[in-house]
Amino acid sequence: MEFPAHLLSVLIWLPIAGGIVALVIGDDGDVASSKAGLMRVTTLLTSLLTLAISIFLYTGFDKTTADMQFVERIPWVEALQAYYYLGVDGISAPLILLTTFITPFVVIAGWDTIKTRPAQYFAAFLILEGLMVGVFAALDGLLFYVFWEFMLVPMFLIIGVWGGERRIYATLKFFLYTFLGSVLMLVAFIYLYLQTGSYDLLGWMDAPLTMTAQKLIFIAFLLAFAVKVPMWPVHTWLPDAHVEAPTGGSVILAAIMLKMGGYGFIRLSLPIVPDASGYFSSLMIGLSLIAVVYIGFVALMQKDMKKLIAYSSIAHMGFVTLGFFLPWHISGSSGAALGISGGMVQMISHGLISGAMFLCVGVLYDRVHSRQIADYGGVANTMPTFAAFAVLFAMANAGLPGTSGFVGEFMVIIASFKANFWIAFFAATTLILGAAYTLWMVKRVYYGEVANDNVAKLEDLSRREFLVLAVLAIAVLLLGVWPAPLIDMMNASIDQLVERIAEPKLLQAGL
Amino acid sequence: MKSYYLTIVLAPLIAAIVAGLFGRQIGRAGAHTVTILGVGLSTVLSGYVLYQMLANGAPAENLSIYTWGIADGLRMEIGFLVDRLSALMMVVVTFVSLMVHIYTIGYMHDDPGYQRFFSYISLFTFAMLMLVMSNNFLQLFFGWEAVGLVSYLLIGFWFKKETAVFANLKAFLVNRVGDFGFLLGIAGIVLFTNSLDYAEVFAQREAIAGETISVFGGTPWNAMTVICILLFIGAMGKSAQAPLHVWLPDSMEGPTPISALIHAATMVTAGIFMVARMSPLYELSVTALGVVIVIGAITAFFMGLLGIVQNDIKRVVAYSTLSQLGYMTVALGASAYSAAIFHLMTHAFFKALLFLAAGSVIIAMHHEQDIRKMGGIRKYMPITYWTSLIGSLALIGFPATSGFFSKDYIIEAVHASNWHSGTTMGEQATYWIAYLSVLLGVFVTALYSFRMFFLVFHGEERMDAETKSHLHETPWVVTVPLILLAIPSAIIGWFTVEPVLFGGFFGDAIVVSESRDVMSRLGEDWHGQVGMLLHAFKTPVMYLALAGVAAAWYLYLKRPDIPAAIKEKASGFYNVLDRKYYFDDLWIKGFAGGGRRLGDFLADKGDRVLIDGVIVNGTANTVGKLAGIMRQLQTGYLYTYAFAMIIGLTALLGWLIWLK
Repeated sequence: MEFPAHLLSVLIWLPIAGGIVALVIGDDGDVASSKAGLMRVTTLLTSLLTLAISIFLYTGFDKTTADMQFVERIPWVEALQAYYYLGVDGISAPLILLTTFITPFVVIAGWDTIKTRPAQYFAAFLILEGLMVGVFAALDGLLFYVFWEFMLVPMFLIIGVWGGERRIYATLKFFLYTFLGSVLMLVAFIYLYLQTGSYDLLGWMDAPLTMTAQKLIFIAFLLAFAVKVPMWPVHTWLPDAHVEAPTGGSVILAAIMLKMGGYGFIRLSLPIVPDASGYFSSLMIGLSLIAVVYIGFVALMQKDMKKLIAYSSIAHMGFVTLGFFLPWHISGSSGAALGISGGMVQMISHGLISGAMFLCVGVLYDRVHSRQIADYGGVANTMPTFAAFAVLFAMANAGLPGTSGFVGEFMVIIASFKANFWIAFFAATTLILGAAYTLWMVKRVYYGEVANDNVAKLEDLSRREFLVLAVLAIAVLLLGVWPAPLIDMMNASIDQLVERIAEPKLLQAGL
Repeated sequence: MKSYYLTIVLAPLIAAIVAGLFGRQIGRAGAHTVTILGVGLSTVLSGYVLYQMLANGAPAENLSIYTWGIADGLRMEIGFLVDRLSALMMVVVTFVSLMVHIYTIGYMHDDPGYQRFFSYISLFTFAMLMLVMSNNFLQLFFGWEAVGLVSYLLIGFWFKKETAVFANLKAFLVNRVGDFGFLLGIAGIVLFTNSLDYAEVFAQREAIAGETISVFGGTPWNAMTVICILLFIGAMGKSAQAPLHVWLPDSMEGPTPISALIHAATMVTAGIFMVARMSPLYELSVTALGVVIVIGAITAFFMGLLGIVQNDIKRVVAYSTLSQLGYMTVALGASAYSAAIFHLMTHAFFKALLFLAAGSVIIAMHHEQDIRKMGGIRKYMPITYWTSLIGSLALIGFPATSGFFSKDYIIEAVHASNWHSGTTMGEQATYWIAYLSVLLGVFVTALYSFRMFFLVFHGEERMDAETKSHLHETPWVVTVPLILLAIPSAIIGWFTVEPVLFGGFFGDAIVVSESRDVMSRLGEDWHGQVGMLLHAFKTPVMYLALAGVAAAWYLYLKRPDIPAAIKEKASGFYNVLDRKYYFDDLWIKGFAGGGRRLGDFLADKGDRVLIDGVIVNGTANTVGKLAGIMRQLQTGYLYTYAFAMIIGLTALLGWLIWLK
């Protein structure tokens, strides 16, 4: 057993326990009460402790192997052959680190801006953190599904309770979309269970499946994951959810929950139904390119900053799905792993950048209580430090080399040129579109003369806000200047995945 | 030498970080001291590196600094290739940057953003050095985009000005159009070589040239042609070649020191440098070279014409820069890479000088930039006057100045190029477009340069009395850089023309295929500088330049009524020039406006009406209606529901088992 024992379980249950403790402490219905203070400190310490412990996941991680690491496996529901089965490889470990890294920012960002029911608010985020780590760590189908569905509950509450005016519409849309998608995933899981007699995800990867079964399973998975990513045309819940969500909710939604979709494709669709993934890959690439181009134009015209960033997220996630489904279109000896690696790097990077951008909108919203671009102008005059951060994150969002935003896009564009000139052509339009919608917003919000009294009265970042943005800025720059540690971590697992999908299951099984 | 190279690159970066993050603590003097020390150190070391190569024959070095990442066998590295091409660029970049740093102390003296400005220009120097010293395409692209970023920040330095923040967005986006092509070109290189390293890619160049790509339909294109044209699209953005030139004139919204540094001497020449660096690739695609020379020729001539109708002192110089960049591009297309780099170097000195001199005038005129409101400034500002004269003479290629040698050899190279000796219609057409453009461009250059010179420094004093009473020479921090730039503008051509163009200066850094090697053919006729001066009297070039000066003198000093009359009579033609051939309308109304309309359409008709309206809410409504019917079945008793659920689940599981 590796040190510390049961690392993954700790990373799942520590935040959940912390969340329950926060609920028990409560807030006396008053933000200023001593109980509320104690509750917040408990929350912050829990999230920081989780982050600190997750460092072991990095230091103890063996980059040379594609095998699952930090494995825990005990019987769970014996009647169903379901196990409490956890483990990580180079694909899931970076996503867990992203989750533990982002959560403390959400806690700090909500520190004194959440006035109603703070205990429930902070508890929801901690519990959500544990559940999200659970999704990334689960190697048992049933366990995966349980985490996957339970994850919706805190987010549903976060938007529904602390959201904006149209929060009921937004939560309903969010819930129905994601829930309908995942129910079909459950059906596919049950089918796989009946085929193999277990819920072992790794076992499913080796299970022989006919093409018809693969196609049906792929479609079931597609609906679940495409909604989460989200892919065009099932994306319209995201802008609504973001607009209504409180800042912390938007950050978690964009930074981590969207990654569930990408993770689902790479963990389940690609290895379990590789032939169907190949069969549908042209469709997937087409939808990804629509996300990049169509959504890029839609983002350009948004009047609400959060909607703009939400659409930008959809376009950026298009690179993830594009990278994942390129391998079937690359004939040469190399390039398949490059696209998948690029997609993975894009997920991590987008987690940092979109999180930071939503926090930036939060900084403005807390002061002016508007998300409309038209309500701002010349913010750089009154908040120069903040404007510097905002421009940095905007540049990262536009994929400037030297920031993390460049790394994944660069790898995916290079891989797509290996597949087809026109795929690369449409993917590369992000250079223009991404810069256009991001920097046009920057121009209208931050540059120019002070637009109105609200902007004139703005005060620059508080120390708390500065800390949050500075740490994220460092992460974005570090990953942009030296992405090798992240890429190295994933290489072995991605190579194995590429090998797996290169040998069609149908042939292996003689079907 | 590795530590030297690292110091050259990192000194300006560290200085930029210190001035940027701790500007408030170290104050104004601290900010300019630390950045000038940083860039000064880079300048001295760059000079040392070049000296080692020239005096002691130090070899080119290609070394890796660190591995950025390895994915799928593709090594992505950060490293330096320091050969004579990059060493020359390093000296030019750091020297001009140092002059601009010193000048800025005077120019930005009263600006509240003083520290920020120094931080930016130091950061720019770092980015530009990363670009020219790179040994691979990844770092090249990093430098390429990073100089674009600093350019964006500096054009919009006065971010309260609506025109400035419009110009910087425009500059960034137009450059991104170029970068779009550039990145695809890099991706094309990786497709065929699976490498980003220059040396490896060049080693496989013959193989690339043997490959084809299908771009449109099934027609196979030569892979090298596609790659080189894609890369050149990047160069068109950065080096402002038509039709991607539209951002450069607007970039004049930025403070003058950066117009000199970024938008004249260094960043805009990155495209020229890149093509020269990629000469082993371009040499294998005659088609790509044809594209290069034609685009360059169009830019050289037509952008020069626009300089004649501009009234903003900086914009005149900006159009002149466009035109001169066109000359360099023409040289590249004629396979005269060394002539292009030579002109790049001389141009860096005299154009930086002209911009800084224009800035000096602007300071003295209290930030008035309209040349119609100047005149007769000569006697108030003697140093600015004489240095401007030197810069203008160099620009028009007046005999013996640095511009004379560099520009003359571009024209000679076109004349002696393979395009001229080509036998096909296409080759002949290409030749005549290029040759006439660079030849007539000489007259145009002289006309707009001396139009401005006469209007600013000679003739009647048209400024108001208030301004006139304050007119005086600018302080030493401004004039010393002018003098230090005037010296190389005047003489550097004389001393360097022979080694750079004919002495095999660049060694292996520039590769020209033997049959296209126009410079070595010209070298056979080289008889020293004096011989070239004498030869100049026998060519039309010098007479065209003199005619341009004379025309400027006659039209704008002697008979200013004539231009006014021409403007009146030929208003159609004048309008075309005034509206800059409608390129701005094409970009702003056409592409940007079209993009916004498309965005609106997709957001409204696509997302709102079709997806949300018809599909999502439509489905929801249908479900709602069905639910109305189903409601009849609802009894309100718990057992009914439980029963229904059990039946449903059984049916589902039964179906699954049956499937198995």
